[in-house]
Amino acid sequence: MSFDVPSDRRYLESHEYLTDDEPHRVGITDFAQDELGDVVFVELPDEGEELSAGEEFGVIESIKAVSDLYIPVTAEVTAVNEELFDRPELVNEDPYDDGWMLEVEPTGDDGDLLSADEYDDQIQ
Amino acid sequence: MTRRNPPLRERHADRGASFTGFGGWEMPVEFDSITTEHEAVRETAGIFDVSHMGEIEVAGPDATRLMQRLTTNDPSGLVPGEAQYTAVLREDGTLIDDTVVYRLPDDRVAEITGNTDGEAYLFVPNAGNDIDTYDRWVDYRDNEDLAATVRNVTEEWAMFAVQGPDAPGIVNDAADADLTALGRFDLTATAVAGVDCLVARTGYTGEDGFEILCPWGDAETVWDTFDVQPCGLGARDTLRIEQGFLLSGQDFHPDDEPRTPYEAGIGFVVDTDTAFVGRDALVNAGDPERAFVGLELLDRGIARHGYEIVDGETVGIVTSGTKVPTLDRPVALGYVPTALAEPGTEVDVLVRGRETAARVTEPPFGD
Repeated sequence: MSFDVPSDRRYLESHEYLTDDEPHRVGITDFAQDELGDVVFVELPDEGEELSAGEEFGVIESIKAVSDLYIPVTAEVTAVNEELFDRPELVNEDPYDDGWMLEVEPTGDDGDLLSADEYDDQIQ
Repeated sequence: MTRRNPPLRERHADRGASFTGFGGWEMPVEFDSITTEHEAVRETAGIFDVSHMGEIEVAGPDATRLMQRLTTNDPSGLVPGEAQYTAVLREDGTLIDDTVVYRLPDDRVAEITGNTDGEAYLFVPNAGNDIDTYDRWVDYRDNEDLAATVRNVTEEWAMFAVQGPDAPGIVNDAADADLTALGRFDLTATAVAGVDCLVARTGYTGEDGFEILCPWGDAETVWDTFDVQPCGLGARDTLRIEQGFLLSGQDFHPDDEPRTPYEAGIGFVVDTDTAFVGRDALVNAGDPERAFVGLELLDRGIARHGYEIVDGETVGIVTSGTKVPTLDRPVALGYVPTALAEPGTEVDVLVRGRETAARVTEPPFGD
Protein backbone atom coordinates (compact mmCIF):
# COMPACT_ATOMS: atom_id res chain seq x y z
CA MET A 1 0.00 0.00 0.00
CA SER A 2 1.37 3.43 -0.79
CA PHE A 3 0.57 6.63 1.04
CA ASP A 4 0.56 10.22 -0.06
CA VAL A 5 3.50 12.25 1.37
CA PRO A 6 3.36 15.78 -0.12
CA SER A 7 6.66 17.61 -0.46
CA ASP A 8 5.32 21.02 0.60
CA ARG A 9 5.54 20.18 4.29
CA ARG A 10 7.73 18.59 6.96
CA TYR A 11 6.93 15.78 9.36
CA LEU A 12 7.29 14.41 12.86
CA GLU A 13 8.10 10.74 13.40
CA SER A 14 4.79 10.60 15.27
CA HIS A 15 3.02 11.35 11.94
CA GLU A 16 2.05 15.03 12.28
CA TYR A 17 2.84 17.48 9.46
CA LEU A 18 3.66 21.21 9.34
CA THR A 19 3.13 23.02 6.03
CA ASP A 20 5.95 25.18 4.66
CA ASP A 21 3.67 27.95 3.43
CA GLU A 22 1.80 30.41 5.61
CA PRO A 23 -0.50 30.08 7.31
CA HIS A 24 1.41 27.07 8.67
CA ARG A 25 -1.01 24.23 9.15
CA VAL A 26 -0.70 21.17 11.37
CA GLY A 27 -2.47 17.85 10.86
CA ILE A 28 -1.78 14.13 10.58
CA THR A 29 -0.54 12.18 7.59
CA ASP A 30 -2.32 9.90 5.17
CA PHE A 31 -0.43 6.96 6.69
CA ALA A 32 -1.57 7.92 10.21
CA GLN A 33 -5.24 8.24 9.28
CA ASP A 34 -5.11 4.84 7.60
CA GLU A 35 -3.51 3.24 10.66
CA LEU A 36 -6.15 4.75 12.95
CA GLY A 37 -9.13 3.77 10.85
CA ASP A 38 -12.44 5.61 11.12
CA VAL A 39 -11.77 8.84 13.04
CA VAL A 40 -14.69 9.68 15.31
CA PHE A 41 -13.42 12.34 17.70
CA VAL A 42 -10.85 15.13 17.74
CA GLU A 43 -9.92 17.25 20.74
CA LEU A 44 -7.95 20.41 19.91
CA PRO A 45 -6.50 23.34 21.91
CA ASP A 46 -8.04 26.82 22.03
CA GLU A 47 -6.94 29.65 19.78
CA GLY A 48 -4.17 31.68 21.39
CA GLU A 49 -2.65 28.74 23.23
CA GLU A 50 1.16 28.61 23.17
CA LEU A 51 2.81 25.26 22.67
CA SER A 52 6.41 24.01 22.68
CA ALA A 53 7.76 21.78 19.93
CA GLY A 54 7.00 18.15 20.71
CA GLU A 55 4.29 18.99 23.24
CA GLU A 56 0.89 17.27 23.18
CA PHE A 57 -1.70 19.50 21.58
CA GLY A 58 -4.72 17.26 21.43
CA VAL A 59 -6.22 13.83 21.12
CA ILE A 60 -7.58 11.92 18.16
CA GLU A 61 -9.83 8.90 18.55
CA SER A 62 -10.82 6.35 15.99
CA ILE A 63 -13.35 3.64 16.73
CA LYS A 64 -10.56 1.34 17.84
CA ALA A 65 -7.84 3.60 19.27
CA VAL A 66 -7.02 6.78 21.19
CA SER A 67 -3.85 8.68 20.20
CA ASP A 68 -2.15 11.85 21.40
CA LEU A 69 -1.26 14.57 18.90
CA TYR A 70 2.11 16.37 19.03
CA ILE A 71 2.97 19.84 17.81
CA PRO A 72 5.90 19.95 15.34
CA VAL A 73 7.04 23.48 16.22
CA THR A 74 7.03 25.94 19.12
CA ALA A 75 4.13 28.15 18.16
CA GLU A 76 0.97 30.01 19.04
CA VAL A 77 -2.32 28.56 17.83
CA THR A 78 -3.98 31.11 15.52
CA ALA A 79 -6.88 29.01 14.24
CA VAL A 80 -8.54 25.68 14.98
CA ASN A 81 -10.45 23.62 12.42
CA GLU A 82 -13.77 23.49 14.26
CA GLU A 83 -15.32 21.68 11.29
CA LEU A 84 -13.64 18.54 12.63
CA PHE A 85 -15.80 18.61 15.76
CA ASP A 86 -18.85 17.83 13.64
CA ARG A 87 -17.10 15.97 10.84
CA PRO A 88 -14.04 14.15 12.25
CA GLU A 89 -14.17 11.85 9.21
CA LEU A 90 -12.56 14.70 7.21
CA VAL A 91 -9.25 13.54 8.72
CA ASN A 92 -9.72 10.23 6.88
CA GLU A 93 -11.10 11.70 3.70
CA ASP A 94 -8.64 14.54 3.19
CA PRO A 95 -5.88 14.62 5.85
CA TYR A 96 -3.72 17.21 4.04
CA ASP A 97 -6.42 19.71 3.11
CA ASP A 98 -9.93 19.75 4.61
CA GLY A 99 -8.71 17.57 7.49
CA TRP A 100 -6.17 20.12 8.82
CA MET A 101 -6.23 20.67 12.57
CA LEU A 102 -4.42 23.87 13.56
CA GLU A 103 -3.00 27.02 12.04
CA VAL A 104 0.04 28.18 13.97
CA GLU A 105 2.42 31.12 14.14
CA PRO A 106 5.89 29.78 14.99
CA THR A 107 7.48 31.60 17.94
CA GLY A 108 10.60 29.51 18.42
CA ASP A 109 12.34 26.31 17.46
CA ASP A 110 10.88 23.64 15.34
CA GLY A 111 11.70 20.18 16.55
CA ASP A 112 13.79 17.78 14.56
CA LEU A 113 11.49 17.61 11.55
CA LEU A 114 11.73 15.11 8.71
CA SER A 115 11.63 16.01 5.03
CA ALA A 116 8.97 14.33 2.88
CA ASP A 117 11.58 11.85 1.61
CA GLU A 118 12.79 11.04 5.11
CA TYR A 119 9.23 10.56 6.36
CA ASP A 120 8.38 8.42 3.35
CA ASP A 121 11.36 6.17 4.20
CA GLN A 122 10.14 5.88 7.78
CA ILE A 123 6.71 4.55 6.82
CA GLN A 124 7.95 2.05 4.24
CA MET B 1 4.13 -15.99 23.99
CA THR B 2 3.57 -17.28 20.49
CA ARG B 3 0.33 -16.09 18.98
CA ARG B 4 -2.12 -18.62 17.64
CA ASN B 5 -3.25 -18.04 14.07
CA PRO B 6 -6.63 -18.77 12.51
CA PRO B 7 -6.41 -21.17 9.54
CA LEU B 8 -7.03 -18.37 7.02
CA ARG B 9 -4.56 -15.82 8.37
CA GLU B 10 -2.65 -15.54 5.07
CA ARG B 11 -5.85 -15.31 3.08
CA HIS B 12 -7.10 -12.44 5.29
CA ALA B 13 -3.74 -10.66 4.97
CA ASP B 14 -3.94 -10.95 1.17
CA ARG B 15 -7.42 -9.44 1.34
CA GLY B 16 -5.89 -6.39 3.09
CA ALA B 17 -6.92 -7.10 6.67
CA SER B 18 -5.11 -5.50 9.57
CA PHE B 19 -4.60 -7.71 12.61
CA THR B 20 -4.73 -7.45 16.36
CA GLY B 21 -3.81 -9.69 19.26
CA PHE B 22 -6.88 -10.98 21.06
CA GLY B 23 -6.89 -13.66 23.75
CA GLY B 24 -3.56 -14.99 22.48
CA TRP B 25 -4.75 -15.12 18.86
CA GLU B 26 -3.70 -12.96 15.92
CA MET B 27 -7.07 -12.02 14.40
CA PRO B 28 -8.28 -9.66 11.65
CA VAL B 29 -9.50 -6.44 13.26
CA GLU B 30 -10.51 -4.63 10.09
CA PHE B 31 -10.81 -5.58 6.41
CA ASP B 32 -12.11 -2.35 4.87
CA SER B 33 -13.36 0.00 7.58
CA ILE B 34 -15.24 -0.66 10.79
CA THR B 35 -18.01 1.64 9.56
CA THR B 36 -18.40 -0.24 6.24
CA GLU B 37 -18.36 -3.60 8.00
CA HIS B 38 -20.77 -2.55 10.76
CA GLU B 39 -23.24 -1.15 8.24
CA ALA B 40 -23.04 -4.26 6.05
CA VAL B 41 -24.13 -6.45 8.97
CA ARG B 42 -26.99 -4.12 9.92
CA GLU B 43 -28.21 -3.65 6.32
CA THR B 44 -27.27 -6.78 4.33
CA ALA B 45 -24.78 -9.36 5.62
CA GLY B 46 -21.20 -9.81 6.73
CA ILE B 47 -18.92 -12.75 7.52
CA PHE B 48 -16.59 -12.94 10.53
CA ASP B 49 -13.74 -15.36 11.11
CA VAL B 50 -14.19 -16.24 14.78
CA SER B 51 -11.84 -19.21 14.84
CA HIS B 52 -10.34 -17.75 18.02
CA MET B 53 -13.38 -19.08 19.86
CA GLY B 54 -12.50 -22.24 21.78
CA GLU B 55 -14.30 -25.54 21.32
CA ILE B 56 -14.55 -28.14 24.06
CA GLU B 57 -16.34 -31.41 23.48
CA VAL B 58 -17.87 -33.36 26.36
CA ALA B 59 -19.46 -36.80 25.83
CA GLY B 60 -20.40 -39.91 27.73
CA PRO B 61 -22.85 -41.25 30.33
CA ASP B 62 -22.07 -38.45 32.83
CA ALA B 63 -21.63 -35.68 30.26
CA THR B 64 -24.88 -33.93 31.22
CA ARG B 65 -23.99 -34.08 34.90
CA LEU B 66 -20.54 -32.64 34.27
CA MET B 67 -21.97 -29.78 32.21
CA GLN B 68 -24.63 -29.17 34.86
CA ARG B 69 -22.02 -28.86 37.61
CA LEU B 70 -19.76 -26.45 35.78
CA THR B 71 -22.27 -24.16 34.04
CA THR B 72 -25.03 -22.03 35.57
CA ASN B 73 -27.85 -22.92 33.19
CA ASP B 74 -29.43 -26.38 33.11
CA PRO B 75 -28.33 -28.32 30.03
CA SER B 76 -30.42 -31.38 30.98
CA GLY B 77 -33.41 -29.90 29.18
CA LEU B 78 -31.59 -29.59 25.84
CA VAL B 79 -32.60 -32.05 23.15
CA PRO B 80 -30.07 -33.00 20.46
CA GLY B 81 -29.63 -29.97 18.18
CA GLU B 82 -30.45 -27.35 20.80
CA ALA B 83 -28.16 -24.75 22.33
CA GLN B 84 -28.23 -22.49 25.38
CA TYR B 85 -26.37 -19.42 26.60
CA THR B 86 -24.74 -20.05 29.97
CA ALA B 87 -21.92 -19.02 32.29
CA VAL B 88 -18.97 -20.54 34.12
CA LEU B 89 -18.39 -19.33 37.68
CA ARG B 90 -15.77 -19.49 40.37
CA GLU B 91 -16.73 -20.95 43.72
CA ASP B 92 -17.34 -17.35 44.95
CA GLY B 93 -20.04 -16.83 42.33
CA THR B 94 -18.09 -14.48 40.02
CA LEU B 95 -17.90 -14.98 36.28
CA ILE B 96 -14.99 -16.78 34.66
CA ASP B 97 -16.56 -16.90 31.21
CA ASP B 98 -19.84 -16.89 29.32
CA THR B 99 -20.43 -19.43 26.59
CA VAL B 100 -22.92 -21.24 24.40
CA VAL B 101 -23.44 -24.97 25.02
CA TYR B 102 -24.58 -26.97 21.99
CA ARG B 103 -26.05 -30.42 22.44
CA LEU B 104 -24.76 -32.26 19.39
CA PRO B 105 -27.30 -33.69 16.94
CA ASP B 106 -27.74 -37.45 17.45
CA ASP B 107 -26.71 -38.36 13.92
CA ARG B 108 -23.28 -36.80 14.38
CA VAL B 109 -22.37 -37.72 17.93
CA ALA B 110 -20.60 -40.99 17.15
CA GLU B 111 -18.80 -39.55 14.16
CA ILE B 112 -17.60 -36.44 15.99
CA THR B 113 -16.83 -37.83 19.41
CA GLY B 114 -16.21 -41.50 18.69
CA ASN B 115 -18.66 -42.08 21.49
CA THR B 116 -22.01 -43.85 21.33
CA ASP B 117 -22.87 -43.93 24.99
CA GLY B 118 -24.66 -40.97 26.56
CA GLU B 119 -25.13 -37.37 25.53
CA ALA B 120 -22.60 -35.21 23.71
CA TYR B 121 -22.02 -31.48 23.99
CA LEU B 122 -19.78 -28.93 22.41
CA PHE B 123 -19.28 -25.52 23.97
CA VAL B 124 -17.31 -22.46 23.01
CA PRO B 125 -15.10 -20.79 25.66
CA ASN B 126 -13.99 -17.28 24.71
CA ALA B 127 -10.63 -16.67 23.03
CA GLY B 128 -7.72 -17.92 25.07
CA ASN B 129 -9.90 -19.53 27.74
CA ASP B 130 -9.95 -22.97 26.12
CA ILE B 131 -6.90 -24.37 27.90
CA ASP B 132 -7.92 -23.35 31.45
CA THR B 133 -11.48 -24.42 30.72
CA TYR B 134 -10.38 -27.84 29.50
CA ASP B 135 -8.30 -28.29 32.70
CA ARG B 136 -11.25 -27.22 34.83
CA TRP B 137 -13.53 -29.79 33.20
CA VAL B 138 -10.99 -32.61 33.43
CA ASP B 139 -10.12 -31.84 37.08
CA TYR B 140 -13.76 -31.75 38.09
CA ARG B 141 -14.53 -34.95 36.22
CA ASP B 142 -11.60 -36.75 37.86
CA ASN B 143 -12.41 -35.44 41.37
CA GLU B 144 -16.04 -36.52 41.06
CA ASP B 145 -15.18 -39.72 39.24
CA LEU B 146 -17.57 -38.97 36.36
CA ALA B 147 -17.68 -41.03 33.16
CA ALA B 148 -17.18 -38.48 30.39
CA THR B 149 -14.60 -37.76 27.74
CA VAL B 150 -13.44 -34.15 27.51
CA ARG B 151 -11.50 -32.96 24.50
CA ASN B 152 -10.11 -29.54 23.62
CA VAL B 153 -10.89 -29.39 19.88
CA THR B 154 -10.23 -25.66 19.46
CA GLU B 155 -7.77 -26.23 16.65
CA GLU B 156 -9.88 -28.85 14.92
CA TRP B 157 -12.78 -26.48 14.21
CA ALA B 158 -12.70 -23.19 12.36
CA MET B 159 -15.68 -20.96 13.12
CA PHE B 160 -17.35 -18.38 10.92
CA ALA B 161 -20.32 -16.16 11.71
CA VAL B 162 -22.51 -15.00 8.83
CA GLN B 163 -24.75 -12.28 10.22
CA GLY B 164 -27.25 -9.75 8.94
CA PRO B 165 -30.78 -9.57 7.54
CA ASP B 166 -29.67 -11.30 4.32
CA ALA B 167 -27.59 -13.95 6.12
CA PRO B 168 -30.28 -16.66 6.48
CA GLY B 169 -30.93 -16.78 2.74
CA ILE B 170 -27.24 -16.67 1.86
CA VAL B 171 -26.24 -19.49 4.21
CA ASN B 172 -29.30 -21.53 3.28
CA ASP B 173 -28.33 -21.36 -0.40
CA ALA B 174 -24.88 -22.77 0.42
CA ALA B 175 -26.14 -25.59 2.65
CA ASP B 176 -27.69 -28.97 1.88
CA ALA B 177 -30.22 -28.82 4.73
CA ASP B 178 -33.16 -26.41 4.85
CA LEU B 179 -31.74 -23.90 7.31
CA THR B 180 -34.71 -21.57 7.12
CA ALA B 181 -36.51 -24.14 9.30
CA LEU B 182 -33.81 -23.93 11.98
CA GLY B 183 -35.02 -22.02 15.04
CA ARG B 184 -33.04 -19.49 17.06
CA PHE B 185 -30.43 -21.33 19.18
CA ASP B 186 -30.91 -24.55 17.20
CA LEU B 187 -28.08 -26.51 15.65
CA THR B 188 -27.86 -28.97 12.78
CA ALA B 189 -25.24 -31.00 10.97
CA THR B 190 -25.17 -30.30 7.24
CA ALA B 191 -22.83 -29.80 4.32
CA VAL B 192 -21.94 -26.19 3.50
CA ALA B 193 -20.19 -25.79 0.13
CA GLY B 194 -19.85 -29.58 0.20
CA VAL B 195 -18.03 -29.59 3.56
CA ASP B 196 -19.56 -31.35 6.60
CA CYS B 197 -20.27 -28.61 9.12
CA LEU B 198 -22.23 -27.84 12.25
CA VAL B 199 -24.49 -24.84 11.69
CA ALA B 200 -26.23 -23.01 14.52
CA ARG B 201 -28.66 -20.10 14.41
CA THR B 202 -26.64 -18.09 16.92
CA GLY B 203 -24.53 -14.95 16.84
CA TYR B 204 -23.15 -11.95 18.68
CA THR B 205 -24.40 -9.05 16.58
CA GLY B 206 -28.11 -8.79 17.37
CA GLU B 207 -28.91 -9.73 13.78
CA ASP B 208 -30.30 -12.95 12.41
CA GLY B 209 -27.73 -15.34 11.01
CA PHE B 210 -25.67 -18.44 11.60
CA GLU B 211 -22.45 -19.59 13.15
CA ILE B 212 -20.71 -22.32 11.18
CA LEU B 213 -18.22 -24.77 12.64
CA CYS B 214 -16.18 -26.43 9.92
CA PRO B 215 -13.11 -28.66 9.98
CA TRP B 216 -9.94 -26.52 10.28
CA GLY B 217 -8.52 -27.96 7.05
CA ASP B 218 -11.63 -27.11 4.99
CA ALA B 219 -11.91 -23.53 6.22
CA GLU B 220 -11.00 -21.95 2.90
CA THR B 221 -13.69 -23.80 0.93
CA VAL B 222 -16.39 -22.68 3.33
CA TRP B 223 -15.13 -19.08 3.68
CA ASP B 224 -14.84 -18.65 -0.08
CA THR B 225 -18.37 -19.76 -0.78
CA PHE B 226 -19.73 -16.58 0.85
CA ASP B 227 -19.51 -13.50 -1.33
CA VAL B 228 -20.32 -11.02 1.45
CA GLN B 229 -18.47 -8.25 3.28
CA PRO B 230 -15.65 -9.73 5.40
CA CYS B 231 -15.70 -8.21 8.88
CA GLY B 232 -13.08 -8.01 11.61
CA LEU B 233 -13.10 -7.87 15.39
CA GLY B 234 -13.49 -4.07 15.26
CA ALA B 235 -17.00 -4.29 13.80
CA ARG B 236 -17.76 -7.33 15.97
CA ASP B 237 -17.07 -5.07 18.97
CA THR B 238 -19.17 -2.09 17.81
CA LEU B 239 -22.04 -4.43 16.89
CA ARG B 240 -22.07 -6.19 20.26
CA ILE B 241 -21.68 -2.94 22.23
CA GLU B 242 -24.67 -1.50 20.35
CA GLN B 243 -26.66 -4.53 21.57
CA GLY B 244 -25.29 -4.37 25.13
CA PHE B 245 -23.74 -7.85 24.91
CA LEU B 246 -20.99 -8.71 27.41
CA LEU B 247 -17.41 -9.26 26.29
CA SER B 248 -15.68 -11.85 28.48
CA GLY B 249 -12.43 -10.55 29.94
CA GLN B 250 -13.47 -6.94 29.46
CA ASP B 251 -16.98 -6.45 30.89
CA PHE B 252 -16.16 -9.09 33.49
CA HIS B 253 -12.92 -10.77 34.45
CA PRO B 254 -12.28 -13.10 37.41
CA ASP B 255 -9.41 -10.93 38.73
CA ASP B 256 -9.73 -7.45 37.21
CA GLU B 257 -13.52 -7.07 37.10
CA PRO B 258 -15.09 -9.80 39.27
CA ARG B 259 -18.85 -9.74 38.73
CA THR B 260 -21.67 -12.13 39.45
CA PRO B 261 -24.05 -13.01 36.60
CA TYR B 262 -26.72 -10.96 38.40
CA GLU B 263 -24.53 -7.83 38.42
CA ALA B 264 -23.62 -8.45 34.79
CA GLY B 265 -27.29 -8.58 33.80
CA ILE B 266 -27.37 -12.25 32.78
CA GLY B 267 -29.31 -13.65 35.73
CA PHE B 268 -31.51 -15.38 33.15
CA VAL B 269 -28.77 -17.99 32.58
CA VAL B 270 -28.71 -18.97 36.26
CA ASP B 271 -30.78 -21.97 37.31
CA THR B 272 -30.37 -22.28 41.08
CA ASP B 273 -32.22 -25.60 41.07
CA THR B 274 -29.02 -27.24 39.82
CA ALA B 275 -25.93 -27.70 41.97
CA PHE B 276 -23.37 -25.78 39.90
CA VAL B 277 -20.05 -24.46 41.18
CA GLY B 278 -20.72 -20.96 42.55
CA ARG B 279 -24.41 -21.55 43.23
CA ASP B 280 -24.26 -21.31 47.03
CA ALA B 281 -22.27 -18.09 46.96
CA LEU B 282 -24.83 -16.57 44.57
CA VAL B 283 -27.80 -17.64 46.65
CA ASN B 284 -26.21 -16.31 49.86
CA ALA B 285 -25.13 -13.00 48.35
CA GLY B 286 -28.63 -11.48 48.22
CA ASP B 287 -29.60 -8.70 45.85
CA PRO B 288 -26.76 -7.24 43.77
CA GLU B 289 -25.56 -3.76 44.71
CA ARG B 290 -24.44 -2.92 41.20
CA ALA B 291 -25.97 -3.22 37.78
CA PHE B 292 -24.59 -3.41 34.25
CA VAL B 293 -26.08 -0.54 32.25
CA GLY B 294 -25.80 1.28 28.97
CA LEU B 295 -24.67 4.91 28.86
CA GLU B 296 -25.27 7.45 26.14
CA LEU B 297 -22.80 10.32 26.16
CA LEU B 298 -24.46 13.72 25.95
CA ASP B 299 -21.31 15.89 25.74
CA ARG B 300 -18.44 15.58 23.28
CA GLY B 301 -16.15 12.70 24.24
CA ILE B 302 -15.86 8.95 24.03
CA ALA B 303 -15.94 6.77 27.12
CA ARG B 304 -13.46 3.90 27.09
CA HIS B 305 -12.72 0.80 29.17
CA GLY B 306 -11.56 1.81 32.66
CA TYR B 307 -12.97 5.37 32.69
CA GLU B 308 -14.67 6.34 35.95
CA ILE B 309 -18.40 7.02 36.23
CA VAL B 310 -19.01 9.88 38.68
CA ASP B 311 -22.01 11.36 40.46
CA GLY B 312 -20.35 13.88 42.73
CA GLU B 313 -17.89 11.13 43.63
CA THR B 314 -16.73 8.02 41.80
CA VAL B 315 -19.65 5.59 41.65
CA GLY B 316 -18.81 3.17 38.88
CA ILE B 317 -16.65 2.12 35.98
CA VAL B 318 -16.95 1.97 32.20
CA THR B 319 -16.05 -1.49 30.92
CA SER B 320 -16.68 -0.96 27.17
CA GLY B 321 -17.18 2.18 25.15
CA THR B 322 -16.91 3.36 21.59
CA LYS B 323 -18.49 5.39 18.85
CA VAL B 324 -20.90 3.05 17.08
CA PRO B 325 -20.92 4.05 13.39
CA THR B 326 -24.71 3.98 13.03
CA LEU B 327 -25.47 5.96 16.21
CA ASP B 328 -25.16 9.72 16.62
CA ARG B 329 -23.91 9.63 20.20
CA PRO B 330 -20.97 7.69 21.64
CA VAL B 331 -22.14 4.88 23.90
CA ALA B 332 -20.69 2.82 26.71
CA LEU B 333 -21.40 -0.11 29.00
CA GLY B 334 -20.46 -0.28 32.65
CA TYR B 335 -21.40 -0.81 36.25
CA VAL B 336 -23.25 1.66 38.50
CA PRO B 337 -24.93 1.29 41.92
CA THR B 338 -28.45 -0.11 41.45
CA ALA B 339 -29.87 3.21 42.74
CA LEU B 340 -28.45 4.89 39.61
CA ALA B 341 -29.39 2.12 37.16
CA GLU B 342 -32.82 3.45 36.19
CA PRO B 343 -32.91 4.48 32.49
CA GLY B 344 -32.83 8.26 32.20
CA THR B 345 -30.58 8.77 35.24
CA GLU B 346 -27.87 11.33 34.49
CA VAL B 347 -24.28 10.74 35.57
CA ASP B 348 -20.87 11.90 34.36
CA VAL B 349 -18.02 9.95 32.84
CA LEU B 350 -14.48 11.17 33.48
CA VAL B 351 -12.96 11.49 30.00
CA ARG B 352 -9.28 12.39 30.45
CA GLY B 353 -10.12 14.14 33.72
CA ARG B 354 -13.11 16.05 32.36
CA GLU B 355 -16.64 15.37 33.58
CA THR B 356 -18.69 14.43 30.53
CA ALA B 357 -22.47 14.16 30.87
CA ALA B 358 -24.04 10.78 30.17
CA ARG B 359 -27.47 9.22 30.50
CA VAL B 360 -28.24 5.69 31.65
CA THR B 361 -29.97 3.82 28.81
CA GLU B 362 -31.14 0.26 28.43
CA PRO B 363 -29.43 -1.39 25.43
CA PRO B 364 -29.84 -2.05 22.58
CA PHE B 365 -28.95 1.55 21.85
CA GLY B 366 -30.68 3.54 19.16
CA ASP B 367 -34.10 1.93 19.43
